[in-house]
Amino acid sequence: MTLMRHHGGGIIVLTFVVALILTIVPVPEWARVARPDWVALVLIYWCLALPQRVGVGVAWLLGIIEDVLTGTLLGQHALALVVVAFLALKLHQRLRLYPLWQQSLTVLVLLTLNQLLILWVNGITGRPAQSWLYWSPSLAGMLVWPLVFTVLRNLRRRFAVS
Amino acid sequence: MVFALLSIVLMTADHRQHHLDQVRSALSVVVYPLQYLVNLPVSAGQWFKESLSTRRQLEEENASLRTKQLLLKAQLQKLSSLEAENLRLRELLQSSFKVGQRVLIAELLSVDLDPYRHEILLNRGTTDHVYRGQPLLDADGVMGQVVQVGPFTSTAMLITDPSDAIPVQVNRNGLRSIAIGTGSIDRLDLPHLPNNADVRKGDLLVTSGLGGRFPPGYPVAVVTSVKQDPGQAFARVSATPLAHLNRSREVLLVWPAGHHHHAPKAAKRPSSATGSDAGRAQAREGDPAGARR
Repeated sequence: MTLMRHHGGGIIVLTFVVALILTIVPVPEWARVARPDWVALVLIYWCLALPQRVGVGVAWLLGIIEDVLTGTLLGQHALALVVVAFLALKLHQRLRLYPLWQQSLTVLVLLTLNQLLILWVNGITGRPAQSWLYWSPSLAGMLVWPLVFTVLRNLRRRFAVS
Repeated sequence: MVFALLSIVLMTADHRQHHLDQVRSALSVVVYPLQYLVNLPVSAGQWFKESLSTRRQLEEENASLRTKQLLLKAQLQKLSSLEAENLRLRELLQSSFKVGQRVLIAELLSVDLDPYRHEILLNRGTTDHVYRGQPLLDADGVMGQVVQVGPFTSTAMLITDPSDAIPVQVNRNGLRSIAIGTGSIDRLDLPHLPNNADVRKGDLLVTSGLGGRFPPGYPVAVVTSVKQDPGQAFARVSATPLAHLNRSREVLLVWPAGHHHHAPKAAKRPSSATGSDAGRAQAREGDPAGARR
């Protein structure tokens, strides 16, 4: 891993910034509940595409930033994203070979796990989820995964991020 | 593994004590550009709307504001004489009641936070001497309190958040209770009222000032339903907040009278000017350390 091989780190940072912005951009109330976890989606993509560059450390930093951004308990998203990144890294060789729809299903599992961890933390700190709608972001995330994947892959190829 | 442990330690520290306020407030500076960016289209839109509105619209608005101000002034005349009388009477009773509070107008940043928390982001922070636990009002009633302060922004929890409770009293008879947030934006619950309590539909709930956080006498909510089940020890009372929790864009930050923090001098005039000239030293004193007095 010499310095020469790293290329286009700016693009990675940019995609994360866009994901963070999408996380807090105001949307109508009905869409708010089902807002996909953009940060987790982008993180999963980079973990699959460049496991040697984006890993658990990046996930943790992102999680802390997301926590501050959305005013949740410090470390809550960090924990969830760390676990998601870890699993994505473990599975990256298998996941890369899957067709898109199968990837989507795996992403659904990862996102659900992400939310489950957050749900636990919320439950422990006295904020139980109030309805089944709590899980809708995972479903929405599954549905937008093909889009995220295609866009990010094109970006990666275009700018030769490696 | 290490990172997961680190997160858990962080969460515990953040939840149990407020050790991490400094960290959080430092990080809030880091994310401020993002929040600013997200808010930009909205503020730009408003700016355009203001600068492109026609003369006639402005005149109409001016006229309506003028009548409103006249009405309010008329009410205020009565209020000031009543206030003076009240003070005189209280002096006779040797009660240490203070009126007169300082306020500062803050604006909401249009940023969506966690959908399961009723929290809002304000464009004021420690540079404007905002402190943790500071009450927040809008034109119609109490909105909530500040829970997190950064240098340029602060987060406030609305009274409808499930973890918020506000001491109230029924304006009609002074019956005290606590209103607890339910997680839905238009309902508060008063779970601690016995079945024979004198509370009716339509009663106005005002802050009682007992917690020491909220100044007394501000309207909070109107009782919407009272259900008395003889089998239960407590009545089921719910109320609707008076403040426009999901509509207000400008809110008032209040420095209660007798509060030991140095409210900025600039805050006396309720303009949107920043009171940053008062310096950083005072901003330090506005930190949450002593706010939970």
